[in-house]
Amino acid sequence: MRPAVAEGRYSITRLPGFGLIAVLTFVMLYLPIIILVVYSFNSGVSQSRWEGFSLQWYQAAFNNAQVRDVSLRSLWLALAAASIATVLATLAALGTTRVGRFPGQTMIYALINQPLMVPEIVTGIALLIFVAAVKVQTGYTGMGYLVAAHTAFCIPFAYLPIRARLETLDPALESAAADLYASPVQAFRYVTLPLMVPGILAGFMLGFVISLDTVVITEFVKSAGQDTLPTYMLGQLRRAVTPEMNAIATLFLALSLVIVTAFFLITRTRGR
Amino acid sequence: MRGHGWKWLLCTPALIVLLLAASGPLLIVAVYSFLSPGNMGGVVWEFSTEGWFRVFFRRDIFEPDLVEWNAAHLQVFWRSIWLSLQTTFICAVLGFPTAWFIATRPPHTRTIWLFLITIPFWTNLLIRTFAIQEMIRNNGTINTVLMQLGLIDSPIQMMFTEFAVLLGMAYVFLPLMVLPLYAAMEKMDFRLVEAGYDLYASRLNVLWHVILPQVKPGFIAGSILVFIPAIGAYVTPRLLGGGRTMMLGNLIALQFGQGRNWPLGAALAMLMLVVVVGALILYLRVVGGNDEARRG
Repeated sequence: MRPAVAEGRYSITRLPGFGLIAVLTFVMLYLPIIILVVYSFNSGVSQSRWEGFSLQWYQAAFNNAQVRDVSLRSLWLALAAASIATVLATLAALGTTRVGRFPGQTMIYALINQPLMVPEIVTGIALLIFVAAVKVQTGYTGMGYLVAAHTAFCIPFAYLPIRARLETLDPALESAAADLYASPVQAFRYVTLPLMVPGILAGFMLGFVISLDTVVITEFVKSAGQDTLPTYMLGQLRRAVTPEMNAIATLFLALSLVIVTAFFLITRTRGR
Repeated sequence: MRGHGWKWLLCTPALIVLLLAASGPLLIVAVYSFLSPGNMGGVVWEFSTEGWFRVFFRRDIFEPDLVEWNAAHLQVFWRSIWLSLQTTFICAVLGFPTAWFIATRPPHTRTIWLFLITIPFWTNLLIRTFAIQEMIRNNGTINTVLMQLGLIDSPIQMMFTEFAVLLGMAYVFLPLMVLPLYAAMEKMDFRLVEAGYDLYASRLNVLWHVILPQVKPGFIAGSILVFIPAIGAYVTPRLLGGGRTMMLGNLIALQFGQGRNWPLGAALAMLMLVVVVGALILYLRVVGGNDEARRG
């Protein structure tokens, strides 16, 4: 380990004022979120004056048919997009890792990572144009467009941890399986795939969180009646809102937090 | 490995989805920017450079030959660039001490601090923007507290100003600055810092001549990682700014909504793409150069 903290009174890593700025930065990062969560439990209608503890806004959120509707749509959309993206990303990771250089490699990397680089608003209007044209041609207005758009957007996020995991695997393991007369399919099924599981799980979780967070692309691709939780919130937040919105945001936050924590635990401990 | 020439075919399904739902549509945007606008949105398939022309210029309504700069658009471009630069600066000023703080913690607590920076990064952008909105509204937390303390009599108008957009973007993009800075500091050679002090350098001298040169790649990476989403921002200026603090992303969206000028919107989107790709090339050069330096 590097000398994170030097011993003795004259610490070489101390820079005056830095600690203070850092602590203030952490406070600034978390204070708004904490206040948001606290006021979701307010018994009054105000989001800045505390009037007592109550769960009424959670009750209101649960009883709001539209909120239920958009939440369910968000969840199944994220589930569908993350699942498809994980399968596609796993195949892509297998196709690009430990294969040596091949023609068109840079092109493939650029395509896979493209959604990470292009601003969401540009992808959003590009899909708006494309989907509008396809709709005219086919007459199809279902959720397929959103699933496809979310899947494409999730692929690079799912690809990264899967590839990282695959790169740490020892190629000798597959050779050993082959030496023991395993067919390539058996070697993949019983050796490579089980070892890839932490990466695949991490990729799925990342894809799921990303799909849940995606707002701009959804806003431009969705047809009438296809609001997701983020686009619903985007619409509502332009007006004055009640603590019901705080309650919705808190639940949403809790879900993301659980997934991200699980992601961390998987990549930290098992992924090593 | 030999005999695996077919393996890249495994990428095909992913590439098809990406081409259909991500990269392909971008080419259509490029094509649309050279077509004529339809009356109710959409396009008419007639070649025209009017979309690109209108990005920068405007014609007089009564005398179409009278051409002048499109001041409204130029103002939006300038605001986008200026706000993004300011956001990057604020993130750097706050992010450097924060990254330093994390990098100098003992290893076991370092992970926790790092996790604390990562959580906001993965938290929905909309929720974080909502949290800032709650803070700065006229009857929001900051104004309520200040009024209760008797420091102000009437609320300070913060929402729908450039300040609000700046605050929101700095808040939302800060982790993007801290993470690469931390990565650079973690690789730093602390013996050089020690050597600096042994040679009677002041703290300021060590910071300027020893630490900064070593973390410079992290600084540049962080700056570009903040600048790119800031230039492409849409949600934050839409929620915290108003019609008068529009940024490029909102101007693009406007052309596909009330503006009903898809070719102009497409041209503006291509312009944004050019700026972002330019920043990315710069980024890859810095990171690539850094890799070579490490190898050498």
